[in-house]
Amino acid sequence: MATVSLEKLVKRYGSLEVVHGIDLEVADREFIALVGPSGCGKSTTLRMIAGLEQISGGDLRIGGKVVNDLPPRARNLAMVFQSYALYPHMTVRENMGFSLKIAGMKPEEVAPRVDEAAATLDLTHLLDRRPSQLSGGQRQRVAMGRAIVRDPDVFLFDEPLSNLDAKLRTQMRVEIKKLHAKVQSTVIYVTHDQVEAMTLADRIVIMRDGYIEQVGTPEEVFRRPNSKFVAGFIGSPPMNLKDAEVTDGMLVFANGDRLPLPEKFRDRVSSGQKVTFGLRPDDLYPVGHGIHSGSEADVHKQDLRVLLTEPLGNETLVFSELGGAEWVARMLNPRPLGTGEVLAFCFDLAQAHLFDRESGRSLRGSHGKD
Amino acid sequence: MKGWRPPAPFILLLPAIVVLAAVVIVPLVLSLYSSFTAFRLTQPASLYTLIGFRNYQRILTDIEFWAAFGRTVLLLTIALNLEMLLGLGLAMLVEKATSGQRLLRTIMMFPMMFSPILVGFQFKFMFNDNIGLVNNTLQSLGLSSQAIPWLIDGTLAFIAILVAEIWSSTSVFAILILAGLLAMPKEPIEAARVDGCTPWQTFRYVTWPFIMPFAYIAMTIRSLDVARAYDIVKIMTDGGPAKRTELLWTLISRTAYADARMGVANAMAYVAILLSIVFTAYFFRKLSAARTQIAAEW
Repeated sequence: MATVSLEKLVKRYGSLEVVHGIDLEVADREFIALVGPSGCGKSTTLRMIAGLEQISGGDLRIGGKVVNDLPPRARNLAMVFQSYALYPHMTVRENMGFSLKIAGMKPEEVAPRVDEAAATLDLTHLLDRRPSQLSGGQRQRVAMGRAIVRDPDVFLFDEPLSNLDAKLRTQMRVEIKKLHAKVQSTVIYVTHDQVEAMTLADRIVIMRDGYIEQVGTPEEVFRRPNSKFVAGFIGSPPMNLKDAEVTDGMLVFANGDRLPLPEKFRDRVSSGQKVTFGLRPDDLYPVGHGIHSGSEADVHKQDLRVLLTEPLGNETLVFSELGGAEWVARMLNPRPLGTGEVLAFCFDLAQAHLFDRESGRSLRGSHGKD
Repeated sequence: MKGWRPPAPFILLLPAIVVLAAVVIVPLVLSLYSSFTAFRLTQPASLYTLIGFRNYQRILTDIEFWAAFGRTVLLLTIALNLEMLLGLGLAMLVEKATSGQRLLRTIMMFPMMFSPILVGFQFKFMFNDNIGLVNNTLQSLGLSSQAIPWLIDGTLAFIAILVAEIWSSTSVFAILILAGLLAMPKEPIEAARVDGCTPWQTFRYVTWPFIMPFAYIAMTIRSLDVARAYDIVKIMTDGGPAKRTELLWTLISRTAYADARMGVANAMAYVAILLSIVFTAYFFRKLSAARTQIAAEW
């Protein structure tokens, strides 16, 4: 069990810098998810922690000790790879016991630990098979088993579920969460899937172009995104983000359509300011079909024409048009809708977000409340 | 006209069968037959003198034949093992090269582009005791004060032949093992490093099992090559001096063409082929086992 701390960590390939001096403190037993689009530097960061990539600058500490120049084997961590990276010539049992054997443990000490891990992961009946005889999900479990027998200080996961189909991914997500509750060790988990990050992590680190955009609990990054990028990345379907200009207490869109300026931003913006208005699909709903009743403070009602619907059973995503752009609304307790139908929608402006259009930063005030 | 008509597949395969028969089956059967006769090139009629197993009896009790047989096996064993080690080393070095790898690969294949005859001549010159590069170097460096009789002493000549053989064919191993290294997925190696392996352990437990099939392919190819080793030896020592470097095929060709005892030579050739088959079958089985082990999809 250990803390992991990154101090001004830099990765350069020749003259190309891909990770720009990031800082991060991971507490003991914390589950941290590094999330971001491909190429944002999250995997590179994980590989630096693992010792598979040289660190070009800054310090990496595991358990308080600087480990920059230690080889992976001296860092006592376990890693689960996206492609599973099992040893093809070894059976499941040998794969799982390999690190212990290398560590010089006797076969009679290795066996019970492998058996226990196999039981945890429901692999007991597969112990004598080779990886080529297993399905994707089973291979993934073996890869996790190989990590847990080690009892390492830190677990590293590099997009472990992205090679699995959707159903299996959901299943394995639950498995990983249970596993973390059981083994209680520090986990750093890389994924490009914000749902995985939200469901698994204690804290989420959102990365973009080699910088950390925001660090926070799932609740924080969802409710109070620091930037337009985080707002658009976290949440599914993504937040409606529309460019507008502030004029006389109104938000004016490019084609002249207007919305009232949310009350909480009245004092934070000035007339003529160029902003991006953000509203989650949950906070935009046909009257009577929202999470809220629509009678709260600062709710704006407006009629919109339905362009398209995506029925999901328990809810329907309703696409409509305002300000020359498409908006997604979430309709709970749905009823069948026809294209072209005009509906009254609630805009729950108390939940809205406003970002500076230039910098993309949130205008809600520095780390303050909404 | 009614009656038996050959089935269509047979008719369609007939051209291939005829060609195969003409160039492979007939010579093979003929040579096998002649190994049971007293056939001498100088007396064509002797082809019809059947003598049963007498040729085989003679060679199986012939010290000279067994010496050549043993020497061939020894050459095979030493050459294959050294080539394999050197080829492995070369391949791993080239694989590490981050730039110019294509150029290195091409250069590595140069020795394969020379005719073994030329390689023989070149090494014969280099190992010449009076004017050769090897002695010249040794003497200039003060490592030896006398002319070492490389191609005259039996053991030294064997070493000289070995060097020539290894120089010309290590690249077969290097190329094939390099192909294996390049085809190998990198993740298991990284997993091994995280799992606590030292570089040596990573090689021993992860890399080596993966490239083993490639090494066995090279072994299979080269075992056939060395079992029929002829040209380099023919040029460098011609089996001499006094038959101290005689290999199976130099002995066989001498018996067949210089002594004109074709019947005996064919009997020897069949024993030699048996040796090749044994080696090839051995490596092939190893190859299959290694392939199953890494679950190769080819």
